[in-house]
Amino acid sequence: MDVAKRIIPCLDIDQGRVVKGTKFKEIKDAGDPVEIAKRYDYENADEITFLDITATHEKRKAIIDTVEKVAEEVFIPLTVGGGVSSFVDVHNLLNAGADKVTINSAAVENPNLINEITNKTGRQCIVAAIDVKKNNQTQTWEVFTHGGRKNTGNDAFKWAKDVEKRGAGEILLTSMDRDGTKQGFDIELLNLISSNVNIPVIASGGAGSLDHLKDAIILGKADAVLAASIFHYSIFTIKEVKDYLKTHGVLVRE
Amino acid sequence: MAEVVIIDYGMGNIHSVYKAVKNVLDKNSNVKVSTSFKDIKNSSHIILPGQGAVGSCMNNISQVFDLDEFKNHITKKPFLGICMGLQAVMSFSEEDEGVQCLDVITGKVTGFKSLGKNLKIPHMGWNKVEHTSNHNIWQDIENHSYFYFVHSYYVEPEDPKVVLGTTNYGKKFTSIIQKNSMIASQFHPEKSSKNGLQFLKNFLNWEGDIE
Repeated sequence: MDVAKRIIPCLDIDQGRVVKGTKFKEIKDAGDPVEIAKRYDYENADEITFLDITATHEKRKAIIDTVEKVAEEVFIPLTVGGGVSSFVDVHNLLNAGADKVTINSAAVENPNLINEITNKTGRQCIVAAIDVKKNNQTQTWEVFTHGGRKNTGNDAFKWAKDVEKRGAGEILLTSMDRDGTKQGFDIELLNLISSNVNIPVIASGGAGSLDHLKDAIILGKADAVLAASIFHYSIFTIKEVKDYLKTHGVLVRE
Repeated sequence: MAEVVIIDYGMGNIHSVYKAVKNVLDKNSNVKVSTSFKDIKNSSHIILPGQGAVGSCMNNISQVFDLDEFKNHITKKPFLGICMGLQAVMSFSEEDEGVQCLDVITGKVTGFKSLGKNLKIPHMGWNKVEHTSNHNIWQDIENHSYFYFVHSYYVEPEDPKVVLGTTNYGKKFTSIIQKNSMIASQFHPEKSSKNGLQFLKNFLNWEGDIE
């Protein structure tokens, strides 16, 4: 298998601007999405993910404009998510230049949405975003929605199998326990999901060191790793990540 | 100077292709998205993109065009098929319980699933393309360069002479073909960063080979 493991920087977008902040606190303007995306492309990022965190519904249209501008100048896959709830939302983002769209809460509330959309678009452009927390009593992982505020009680393993069956092309798996902690990915969770589905799994939540990224791929069997702050704050460049992975035998695109 | 037409038949993200072509065009050239035979006739280069399932792809093409006339047009001048645009020019696809395709290149389209290995499907991400013959399309692109793929089926042309490049995923499969004025790739040049843009530039500089 010669397909390279993907390194995916994630940008939080608020009303058309890149913002930095931790856990929705101290959010600061961090620049122009086009310029930042171009820099990531230049550094050999394999894909870029935009997460729209615009709070007010009316201002969400700004993301369409952002995607259009980035797609004019950046020629690597662009994934967009945040508040996507219908085929029309997906269609508008794809038309603007997104290659893939992530669906989260809306799919949990109405799982048929995945079937409905992928029947029209093909499975390659739908990424099922799954946010999970471990229930320490039952030792299982539960699916959360609405930015982690709502516990659905659904079992993450079953939901991952279900989104695959319904036609999702990929899973973006975020550990809410680890998100923002820089303590490393939840390897046990990753390995459980990635070994049991036949679609690619992107690891998210917890990246803090180069070892964390390596472990997500080698031990967690992730097909790609997504990280925000380590790239935002230039703790590591994409090249440093790829060089490190390469020395540990991971196939990366240089 | 090129007049490029990108054929829009309702299958996926043609905007990325449009934007990438626009990025590499010289100032005397033009690109448009169209479904009219008049535009196709007046063009110097044709691009057939496409994503999704082959059943709806062939269905959409046949709703927009008379298939014989369409085949006639796309074999007359430099043509680039991308992803589904490659699979559509083959004879037959095993996807969707079997679908007749355009049959410009003899051979079938088959699924990674039938390899029976523990492969993640779709084959999604960056993979290397090995050049199996010298061609102007590879100008300034190193052998074994990475391109972006996303697909669950791959082509098996009967004539090995049409193969321009191969890629490994579960097995070595044909990732790009060329015959006369037709080139078709399984990878997405429009999403393959620097190498992809160079590939598109090379295509626009190509006038087609005569057998």
